[in-house]
Amino acid sequence: MSDSSEIVGIDNRFTTFISGIVAWVVGLIFFFPVFWMVLTSLKTEADATQLEPVFIFDASFDRYREVLGGVAGTLTAAKAFSNSFIVVTVSTVIVLILGIPAAYSLSVKPIDKWRDVLFFFISTKFLPIAAAVLPLFFFARQFDLIDTRTVLVIVYTALNLPLAVWMMRSFFDEVPKELIEAAQIDGASLVGQLRSVILPIVSPGIAATALLSFIFAWNEYFLAVNLTRFDASTVPIWVTANVSSRGQFFAGLSAAATVASIPVILAGWIAQKRLVRGLSLGAIK
Amino acid sequence: MTTTEIQDADSVGRQEVIGVNPEEVKRAERRERWLRRLPLLPALLFTIVVTQVPFVIALWYSLNEWNLLIPDSFSFVGFDNYGPIFTDQFFRRAVLNTIYTTFGVALIATILGIGLAVLLDRKFLGRSIVRTMLITPFLVMPVAASLVWRNGLLDSSFGFFNWLASFVRDEPIEFVGSHPLFSVMLVLVWQWTPFLMLILLAGLQSQPPSVLEAARVDGASSWAIFFQITLPHLRRYVELGALLSSIFLIQTFDTVDQLVAGAGSAQNVPYFVYLEAIGGGFNFGQASAFGIVVVVASIIMANFALRVISGLLEGEDTV
Repeated sequence: MSDSSEIVGIDNRFTTFISGIVAWVVGLIFFFPVFWMVLTSLKTEADATQLEPVFIFDASFDRYREVLGGVAGTLTAAKAFSNSFIVVTVSTVIVLILGIPAAYSLSVKPIDKWRDVLFFFISTKFLPIAAAVLPLFFFARQFDLIDTRTVLVIVYTALNLPLAVWMMRSFFDEVPKELIEAAQIDGASLVGQLRSVILPIVSPGIAATALLSFIFAWNEYFLAVNLTRFDASTVPIWVTANVSSRGQFFAGLSAAATVASIPVILAGWIAQKRLVRGLSLGAIK
Repeated sequence: MTTTEIQDADSVGRQEVIGVNPEEVKRAERRERWLRRLPLLPALLFTIVVTQVPFVIALWYSLNEWNLLIPDSFSFVGFDNYGPIFTDQFFRRAVLNTIYTTFGVALIATILGIGLAVLLDRKFLGRSIVRTMLITPFLVMPVAASLVWRNGLLDSSFGFFNWLASFVRDEPIEFVGSHPLFSVMLVLVWQWTPFLMLILLAGLQSQPPSVLEAARVDGASSWAIFFQITLPHLRRYVELGALLSSIFLIQTFDTVDQLVAGAGSAQNVPYFVYLEAIGGGFNFGQASAFGIVVVVASIIMANFALRVISGLLEGEDTV
């Protein structure tokens, strides 16, 4: 690195100004592909595939109308979105139903060897799905579950449960022990304790957990490709079906990509701080 | 850089109940213990059944010759399926590609992530807007992002980057066609740098301001503070971010499938396993053996990751 004595001499405000400029430039570069996606979705197909990029044009939502109203391959947008919505919602609800009690017994009233159990949960997250998908596929076939929403609900629940247990445990840990003891002395049952003392405190954490489960399930592509064909296909598959081998498709594809991404982008923007905690498995508060 | 040992998390004491109790107390205790475990059991059982059992079965598959396209082809062959791991040149290429798209990408994303986190740690006009823009690549649906990159940015005739490149060179760059591995890495770095940035920014902001203030009062230069105080403090966050991103990156499928349409020279192990089995080969025994290789690699990485995580959970002891 360069001479350090020089850098100390530079006016602090000036370096701050320069680093602000650099941050803006880098931020715009990283954001550009997303901006380009949204911009293209408002163009005509002809404008979207010009050799010279078109920046000024008559913006219209026609592509959105087309992709949402039309049929991509054999899949309608309505079907893909309703499949995704059902699968993601049901699996997230099950994750919470299974995960909240589990987090409770790993935190508030920890069982023996809670640490081992906790690490077991997270170790499952580290196993590559590529290897597990073959037995899953075979079982799904055996039980006639290929191309059903049920099989996706099952695998997405398994995908998100470990993360949810870790995350919610870290929120449960923040509930003051005195409050729980007081409730116990008052004779509150387990359900009573949960409802009156613990849940009000951890509910923001539970919301964050649900959000992260939602994000991962919504974006999941590999299992959806392997375990569905047509009836249970989800939004990521619908997006890829908007690629056409005949004629221009990029404006329509951009519209589809934008619609598919917007729920997660908005959710992530709103919950930036909690996202960090979830992604670091609760290690970063 | 110092190499202090990561503290062993397992050393946290477990209290054991000592003392002779009458039979009834014992039974009550046992009941109490099971009541405590009860809330945990549904989640634990579900996780074991859906995630552990398939791996055991995959292990079993890998010891058998089994092709779905050949009726009644299931037969035990021992470790025969593991031979091609060392001889199959396509699998070897997939392993090499996986190393590039996992560790290569994690390394680049970590370096970029440190830079961006340092930039965002300072106050400037519109900081929260820049932060929001920077995390967006991580939030875009990966399949959608791959398709937008392929068709809108990297396309050889109307891709935006090729329009930019046309100012300095005559021939368009065939990103996806001729440099599929590079293209995959480019998009993965774009997706994962925000993740590293978020984790490292949290790390920077967890630095006690008093320590930095004291160093400044003592006349330490900005560089000295960065290299002697900030970087050592960040070490654990760097480890955590790099390991977590590696664990997800080793599973990359969407980008290989949709950005470069499974181009041979960019195939990684998960894609290779997919092709060998459900993607058309239906050679379940052989594919499982290939998959087990990723499992072993992941277990090794996970082992390190868990140490780092438990270190962070123990609380800060650096600085």
